[in-house]
Amino acid sequence: MEGIKDPQSSYLSIKNLWKSFGSFTALKDVSLDIKEGEFVCFLGPSGCGKTTLLRAIAGLDLQTSGAVVQGGKDISNFPASERDYGIVFQSYALFPNLTIEKNIAFGLENTGRSKNEISERVSELLDLIGLPDQGPKYPAQLSGGQQQRIALARAIASGPGLLLLDEPLSALDAKVRVYLRHEIKTLQQKLGVTTIMVTHDQEEALSMADRIVVMNEGKVEQIGTPNEVYCKPETLFVADFIGEMTQFRGTISGKNLVKIGNTELNTVEHRFANGREVSITIRPEDIIPLGAKLPTKSGKNVFSAQLVEMEFLGSFWRCKLKSDEFPEALVTADFSVNAVRRLSIEPKQILWIELPSQSILAFDAQAA
Amino acid sequence: MNTASIDNTVVRPKGLVKAKLSRDDIIMRGGMIVIALYLVISLVFPLYSMFSKSFSTFQYDLSKFEVQVSDDAGQFSPKITNLQNLNEDLKAIPDEELSTGSGGRLGVTIFFPDFSFRSPVMYRIRNVDGQGRFLVGSKLMTGTDWQELDSNTFRRVQLRPVRSTGLSNFINYFSTPALFKSIQNSIFIAIISTIITVILAFWFAYALNRSCMRFKGLFRLIAMAPILVPSLLPGIALVYLFGAQGVMKGLLFGASIYGPIGIIIGSVFFTFPHAFLIISTALAISDGRLYEAAISLKASPWKTFWTVTIPGARYGIISAAFVVFNLVITDFGLPKVIGGQFNVLAVDIYKQVIGQQNFEMGAVVSVVLIIPAILAFAIDRVVQSKQVALLTARSVPFNPKPSSRADLIFTIYCGLVGLFIIGMLGICQFAALIKFWPYDLSLSLNNYQFDKMDGGGWGAYYNSIKMALLTALIGTCVIFFGAYLVEKSSGFKTGRAIFQMFAMLPMAIPGMVLGLAYIFFFNNPENPLHIVYGTMTILVICTVTHFYTVSHLTAVTALKQMDSEFESVSASLKQPTFKLFSRVTVPVCLPAILDIAIYLFVNAMTTVSAVVFLYSPKTSLASIAVLNMDDAGDIAPAAAMGMMIFYTNIFARVIHLTLSKGVLRRTQAWRSSN
Repeated sequence: MEGIKDPQSSYLSIKNLWKSFGSFTALKDVSLDIKEGEFVCFLGPSGCGKTTLLRAIAGLDLQTSGAVVQGGKDISNFPASERDYGIVFQSYALFPNLTIEKNIAFGLENTGRSKNEISERVSELLDLIGLPDQGPKYPAQLSGGQQQRIALARAIASGPGLLLLDEPLSALDAKVRVYLRHEIKTLQQKLGVTTIMVTHDQEEALSMADRIVVMNEGKVEQIGTPNEVYCKPETLFVADFIGEMTQFRGTISGKNLVKIGNTELNTVEHRFANGREVSITIRPEDIIPLGAKLPTKSGKNVFSAQLVEMEFLGSFWRCKLKSDEFPEALVTADFSVNAVRRLSIEPKQILWIELPSQSILAFDAQAA
Repeated sequence: MNTASIDNTVVRPKGLVKAKLSRDDIIMRGGMIVIALYLVISLVFPLYSMFSKSFSTFQYDLSKFEVQVSDDAGQFSPKITNLQNLNEDLKAIPDEELSTGSGGRLGVTIFFPDFSFRSPVMYRIRNVDGQGRFLVGSKLMTGTDWQELDSNTFRRVQLRPVRSTGLSNFINYFSTPALFKSIQNSIFIAIISTIITVILAFWFAYALNRSCMRFKGLFRLIAMAPILVPSLLPGIALVYLFGAQGVMKGLLFGASIYGPIGIIIGSVFFTFPHAFLIISTALAISDGRLYEAAISLKASPWKTFWTVTIPGARYGIISAAFVVFNLVITDFGLPKVIGGQFNVLAVDIYKQVIGQQNFEMGAVVSVVLIIPAILAFAIDRVVQSKQVALLTARSVPFNPKPSSRADLIFTIYCGLVGLFIIGMLGICQFAALIKFWPYDLSLSLNNYQFDKMDGGGWGAYYNSIKMALLTALIGTCVIFFGAYLVEKSSGFKTGRAIFQMFAMLPMAIPGMVLGLAYIFFFNNPENPLHIVYGTMTILVICTVTHFYTVSHLTAVTALKQMDSEFESVSASLKQPTFKLFSRVTVPVCLPAILDIAIYLFVNAMTTVSAVVFLYSPKTSLASIAVLNMDDAGDIAPAAAMGMMIFYTNIFARVIHLTLSKGVLRRTQAWRSSN
């Protein structure tokens, strides 16, 4: 914990990390910086290397090359036991034959603390996680969510500088998961401990993280706040992986103009030259329904389309629209229940829709 | 997607990170090396000695020796005679008799037909080029100087053979029909025993798993009983039942029990529990939903049996068959007692080594015996790994429905099998307790006065208990610790793979072969470990190694069930791995550890094959005493001693059960709390 306390400087630096398992390369030149007290999520599909990266930071599976610097100290080749972190696994990994108290106290022993200090610290932690009376029980007597909180208490018991969470909520059912998301985030803010969580659940990442590291095939695709990665994805992969979207192929035909078939679409500002093949995307919730009749005052990117399919998803309708302008694919749009009622939208009808230009993003088609 | 193109474009990394080892890493690797060394010394080196022995031949090379003979006055003529030439003239020894063993000695006077030890004739002898060796009395001569000897000394000159390497032992083996007939015999009895045992065990296991008959617990206990006695015991029982004075001799219609019939019946007895356990496990894990599906498809019970039951249990059946085959073909005790003139491989090794002192031929037979044993072992391993894959988390256990007719038939069937097992044990106990079979059937404890018989007496019995306790204690520690290191240490992949291989090897090595290999390795005066030869230590080492694999697999299975992240958590909490091992791993694995201990104890009590070459008069064992007393014709005391082993093992089992229940209740409270 002798690291620099300046909140703006980097507490944990990953520099050019590579990891190979035989001929398979799990991490390809990963570099990132994490600030003191930050909550960072590694997000990506399974096999993207996020857990490998976490285990390299933990010293459990050493990287093939590259450096890990924590609190100003190069710990690249340190064994796990000489690093400063606490870890929580998906399986909880609670010691089944030890009581909850003894589980939490496990890492406090042999650290120069007296028995009294240890038991005080244990009850303090049990209070902190909201399970004050569970100390004498065995892990098997608790629910999954409770067990995960015990694992968390054990990991933070000795006040590590870094907290690592490896898919901590994946084994729990949906309700408990949402509840624990909030719990963990609150606890993390209270303690101010720098935290890295690995997850494949984008909702989890979006709701908990200060910053998200989106990973794919061993590489970092984008690092940014939840809002940035959702609204300003830097790559087609990020746009596709986080949230829903419809995707078209087109050609740049002018400043902020893309030609798809015979139709020209206005997009947000982009960096591509004329004639360049691109993929453009739009999220379903950004599509505006205008109704059966074309309103007199309508903007750019307005098309008529047939409603092929409507699926009720509670707070909104997921609709598939077929338009002659884009014969290539169905457009997916989410219309609020309110809008559907107001415009009396029905299956099979012809409908005018607007694709707002600020919601249409263009990406290099090569990368698809 | 686009990985390939990217892989080619980015720069490959430079400067590989080399792990800094933690203290725990170093301790764990050190521990693993120590246990691997143990296996090297107790297994790899002895086997190597045995293999090299089987390729060693010893021959008297007469051309290496020269002699001179004086006249009666002691004057030597200048004529120097080479022994080879002398033999060619005299034909004193045919060429094929020049082959011998490592201990061979050839009196040189055979080349002098008119030799008399009283004659005044003097002799000179030397070896030509320093490669020949001869003894004068007990003094070994290796130099090329002439030794001048009077006739009385000359008769004590013995030539020593020269060692060479080659296949001639094997050629010799396969050109001796009496020897290689044993291969056919061994395979024949192994196959017949396997077929009978597997069929009997299958229906027994089927009855216990798939019917609603009563007394299942009792039948299960009875079925396991043969594991608790040496394989010699059914042989003794058969002598009493069907031998020359057997009570049921008439049932054989004149055929002799001494021979294949006896070996097969006895083999079925002692391999039955092994086959039963494996098949029972296979039947127990079957998926009940398949039977519901079969009923809903209106399949007949016959069809269901062949399309659901048999395919579900097929790996178990195949695995049981190979295990039984392996047990029978490598067993020594039973054919020794009841085999008569019917030779099998395991007994041949014994006869070559103990009877004829022909160690090289013993090694050759060992190599021959290893081949089917390793094959059966390898196939069994492959099959067992497939069995595991059949289990899915969603399987629903099968619940049999009562059927008065089927349940009755199964009860009768199990009753008959149970009667067979109890009858074999009962006749031994009965014979042990009566005065003189079959003439004086009054009860007496005379047969328990082991000290009056050959074989080691009560001392052998106490030795056995001591050996079994030491084996259980030391073996359990070494094997569990070794399994922990290999399962839970990180990195060091090659080292762990080699260790795993060593740990699997003992299962494929028949006990007789292991014992013989120990003679070659430990009884070599040049080996500093020679000091353990003939002690209790070598018996314990040999027994631990002999039963290493099953214990290792038990430990590995238990360890695999533990969360693989415990070590990571412990390291992140900066606690020594040793603390995790003693506070979590050992308590959680305690049931498996106790299982290993009782397995080693029971096997140490009953084993004969490996230790038969290694005991000394001071360290004779109960199971060896059974063998020796039977050999000496004291069959009733042999039966009595065999039953002592049985009761000791039952006692050990009861203690094991009490411990498991008592200690586990305290240390495993967390299990019941679910």
